[in-house]
Amino acid sequence: MSAVMQSVTSHDSYLTGLLPATVTAQTATPEWLTALRADAAQRVRALPFPTTRDEEWRFSDFSLMCKTTFAPAIAAATLTTADIAPFLLPEATHGRLVFVNGVHAQHLSSSSLPQGVIVTTFTAGLASETLRTHLAQYATFQNEAFVALNTSHAHDGALVVLGKNTACATPLHVLFVSTASTTPVATFPRCLIVAEPGSECTLIEDYVHLSTTRTASTYFTNAVTEIVIAENAIVRHTRLQRESSSAFHVGHAAIHLSHNSVYDSNSITFGARLSRYNLNIIQNAEGANCTLNGLVLISGRQMADTHTVMDHTQPNGNSAQLHKCIVDGGAHAIFNGKIFVRKDAQHTHSTQSSRNLLLSNKGRVDTKPQLEIFADDVKCAHGATVSQLETEEMFYLNSRGLNANTARNLLIYAFAEAIIDKVPVNSLKQRLSQKVSSQVGEVV
Amino acid sequence: MISSSSKVILEVRNLSASVAGVDILKGINLTVRAGEVHAIMGPNGSGKSTLSKVLAGHPSYTVTGGDVMFQGKNLLELPPEERAHAGVFLAFQYPIEIPGVSNSAFLRLAYNTLQARRGGEDLDPLEFNDYIREKSKIVEMDPSFLDRNVNEGFSGGEKKRNEILQMAVLDPTLAILDETDSGLDIDALRIVANGVNKLMTTNNAVIMVTHYQRLLNYIAPDFVHVMRGGQIIKTGDKALALELETRGYDWVHA
Repeated sequence: MSAVMQSVTSHDSYLTGLLPATVTAQTATPEWLTALRADAAQRVRALPFPTTRDEEWRFSDFSLMCKTTFAPAIAAATLTTADIAPFLLPEATHGRLVFVNGVHAQHLSSSSLPQGVIVTTFTAGLASETLRTHLAQYATFQNEAFVALNTSHAHDGALVVLGKNTACATPLHVLFVSTASTTPVATFPRCLIVAEPGSECTLIEDYVHLSTTRTASTYFTNAVTEIVIAENAIVRHTRLQRESSSAFHVGHAAIHLSHNSVYDSNSITFGARLSRYNLNIIQNAEGANCTLNGLVLISGRQMADTHTVMDHTQPNGNSAQLHKCIVDGGAHAIFNGKIFVRKDAQHTHSTQSSRNLLLSNKGRVDTKPQLEIFADDVKCAHGATVSQLETEEMFYLNSRGLNANTARNLLIYAFAEAIIDKVPVNSLKQRLSQKVSSQVGEVV
Repeated sequence: MISSSSKVILEVRNLSASVAGVDILKGINLTVRAGEVHAIMGPNGSGKSTLSKVLAGHPSYTVTGGDVMFQGKNLLELPPEERAHAGVFLAFQYPIEIPGVSNSAFLRLAYNTLQARRGGEDLDPLEFNDYIREKSKIVEMDPSFLDRNVNEGFSGGEKKRNEILQMAVLDPTLAILDETDSGLDIDALRIVANGVNKLMTTNNAVIMVTHYQRLLNYIAPDFVHVMRGGQIIKTGDKALALELETRGYDWVHA
């Protein structure tokens, strides 16, 4: 009995064990960054490990990861471009940053972008005033243990800066590759994207794994991404989580929207044993537009928790969210979507829809759309459904000669495809469709 | 075109069916021969849509009695996909939308599935493209509809035209049109009806389930059956439909 009690309370120091050994060892680390990291480390020591007793973590129990000791990744594995070929996007050859086990791999990256577009690492951009101005200003870590942990490790990451009125015609691909290793490794990917006024880009944030053996490798990815979108700027952000089925993944994204800016998000989750994605968007000036699409496709013993916050603080903002989960086997999907419409956010138009497809009687979906409106002249709607395949839809396809299995696969494929179709990079869209087909069965 | 020597395609004998424990069909008898067009009319709740769904094998309906022979096969023993393979087609009153799957990919999948069952050749996407473009002319459908997702964002009329296009592609021996005329404006009605007429041969047959006589101005029925209370209470020719149009259903008695 006492042993059980002890193991529960001992999780609180678990994240402390994942802190960097020394914060100052890096060469040429500016003072401000050292101080920021030390602050963050302090919060990691102070904050408890989230448990299901916390409202925000009610359904996602990460205590399983505490059974594993993760070592910090030291150096990039020696991968070649051929090794990562399956993940490369032909559209994005001009702007690609590759990190292997959390460490930047220069020889796998490429950057030949138009003037005004900077894609680099923190290490190379440390002197940049942009980095100092924006890093850790949006993904606050005071009350978020995992954000604090990531920030305590923030010495390298992807830095994307789009100069004023610069449109980057080709997509930017930030690829985080985890490789199989003998000891479980923890990595702390970090991205900062700054879109200056009138700029435009398409960003693919991609978490993948390379397995050399048949057994899925266990590792921990703790990612934080901050995106600042200045007035009249446009960022299309596709986030792809396709980690190993034994991995743990906790990701945060904080998006800051200015006047008449546009943010489109497609978040797609296929991987990890346990995963959590927090997407927090704040509309901080008048007239910003957001489209949030989500797709979670999980099976077996996977658990995927998506928490989103859309905070309309200023007038004339639009947001449209569609989050879909497909749950097979004994998997568990969680969606919590909060929309705030603050007192000053008049004429906000906001919709949110959570659609869930349960393919087995052992699967589970918990969905909670939440709408909190403090303004009096707004148009908002939200809704959630959890369903199995509809008899009427199955009958329609059967009556066209398709057998039950093909009809089922086609309907699941169609359910997922409605989100995948919105991914703005064709080669990626095709691969994702193939991935869905291979998971649910080939149909079209 | 009709002669009593034509081959019998469908023989429904004393068919009864229920849904959720409620009896809907209470002894239907119907014989359909090759080359015939049958109209089934009747007030709401008479069971005419149920009859079409039971014939196509909808899983929510339970057959409680009688039998249905289709070209020598016991239709009731077959799951819906095998009824389609055998040559039964149901044009839905409310066709479903399949976002994410293009109309042409869906039609090709259905076509090739049937070809495999009927011993015919598969068509690859290019060959199918030629085939389907030719077929779309039957319902005056713009080829751009083939690239759109199945029924997604289609108007009521476009969905019904798409149903007839599917019928053209699947080439059934027996087509059952369930209220295909409902929700159509006069132009769409003409296009849909012309499509059906073009697909009629001496070897196939059509059952049209409809509430109104107006469809029958475009597709001339050989027989008009009036359903009420789950039974066919009167059978006549085209004149019966006209009489129903002026006098309503109340005067018809078994």
